[in-house]
Amino acid sequence: MEDKFTIAKRIALELKNGDLVNLGIGIPTLVADYIDPEKRITLQCENGIIGVGPVSETVSDLVNAGGFSSTIHPGGSFIDSAVSFGLIRGGHVDVTVLGALEVDEEGSLASWIVPGKRVPGMGGAMDLVTGSKKVIIAMSHTNKGLPKILHKCRLPLTGYRKVSLIVTEMAVIEVNKAGLHLVEVHPDYTIEDVIKATEATLIIDRVEAMKGVEL
Amino acid sequence: MKAFINKTEFKQMLHNGMTIMIGGFLSNGAPERLIDLILDTDTQDLTVICNDGGFETSGSGKLIVAGRVKHLIASHIGTNPMVGTLMQEGKMKVTLVPQGTLVEQIRASGAGLGGVLTPTGLNTMVETGKQIIEIKGNRYLLEEPLHADLALIGGAIADHYGNLRYIKSMRNFNPIMATAANIVVADPREIVDTIDPEQVITPFPLIDYILEVDTDGR
Repeated sequence: MEDKFTIAKRIALELKNGDLVNLGIGIPTLVADYIDPEKRITLQCENGIIGVGPVSETVSDLVNAGGFSSTIHPGGSFIDSAVSFGLIRGGHVDVTVLGALEVDEEGSLASWIVPGKRVPGMGGAMDLVTGSKKVIIAMSHTNKGLPKILHKCRLPLTGYRKVSLIVTEMAVIEVNKAGLHLVEVHPDYTIEDVIKATEATLIIDRVEAMKGVEL
Repeated sequence: MKAFINKTEFKQMLHNGMTIMIGGFLSNGAPERLIDLILDTDTQDLTVICNDGGFETSGSGKLIVAGRVKHLIASHIGTNPMVGTLMQEGKMKVTLVPQGTLVEQIRASGAGLGGVLTPTGLNTMVETGKQIIEIKGNRYLLEEPLHADLALIGGAIADHYGNLRYIKSMRNFNPIMATAANIVVADPREIVDTIDPEQVITPFPLIDYILEVDTDGR
């Protein structure tokens, strides 16, 4: 339980003043709770909201992309799905944060189908990873001990070479042309622990303690 | 806009095997009264184009659960377990489309375009069987227009001319679908005298019929 908050808190530090940000369902949604109030961050929902606020207790006609009754901040707007995805594909969204089932050494991700088992569909994820300037993956490091960060994704892809950063409860990993760069490790774990929980080859030269973790 | 219609007149527009666009996003902004009227008839073998599979008790999900849909074209089906069940049993065909591509395919049809070029879906299963076109050194998938016999528009406030504006996040696919069908029927929550021209989102020439609103709001 604690892990998802660690991930959300760390990702919030990546958001910069003025960013337009899309947060996916699950752990990514929690990122909103940790955004520095000093920063001017605008959250976009792909169903057509710019400036979406916290979820509301009362049932409303204003629903976020997760289907929950929600609110809108002053200065916000409602747009149609074509404008919304124009913003997304057109490179107007600075950061997208989403979950994944697998990520690989090339920065490809899989998240929308487990053939023969579960087919939720891609929703807006393929457009979001294609058009956003920065793609951050928020996920548990393993699936009950089985690595999710792989040499090559085995599930059908959501996007090919789209991921910029992977944040898990164990580590922060940057994706660049050379491969996966281990840049931060949570103080509860060693570099060896991270290597053991990861199938992909990690480039390790300058590793720091994970930012945002209170000791 | 041709006319305000009652429930019976809407039911007469339906026939088996139609392709129907249904507005809404996870049923927010779905034309629920029109969906219920379809369920009142025996209409079946429908092809439904909708963002998602709705829920079992709302939106396009109600038609799916009732077994009226033979083909669903959507971006997301995770909220209605019946979609997966019917798909696995071979009782309903499901075509999954990235959400931004789906709305552009609809927009292309309504805007008279022969298709759209999008980078979304390149190097994934989505590109299977599609033409890839290179423009200025970048690759794009050619996605063809999606047209319907009938588009059902919800989440709106209408005026007496047939203009629409939309309530909060209920806008989503509605104004795009209102451009892309042979017959467009709106299911407004309220009908007012006139909407300020600056506030009109869907102008009346795009709307064919508007379902009357009873005094009790139904």
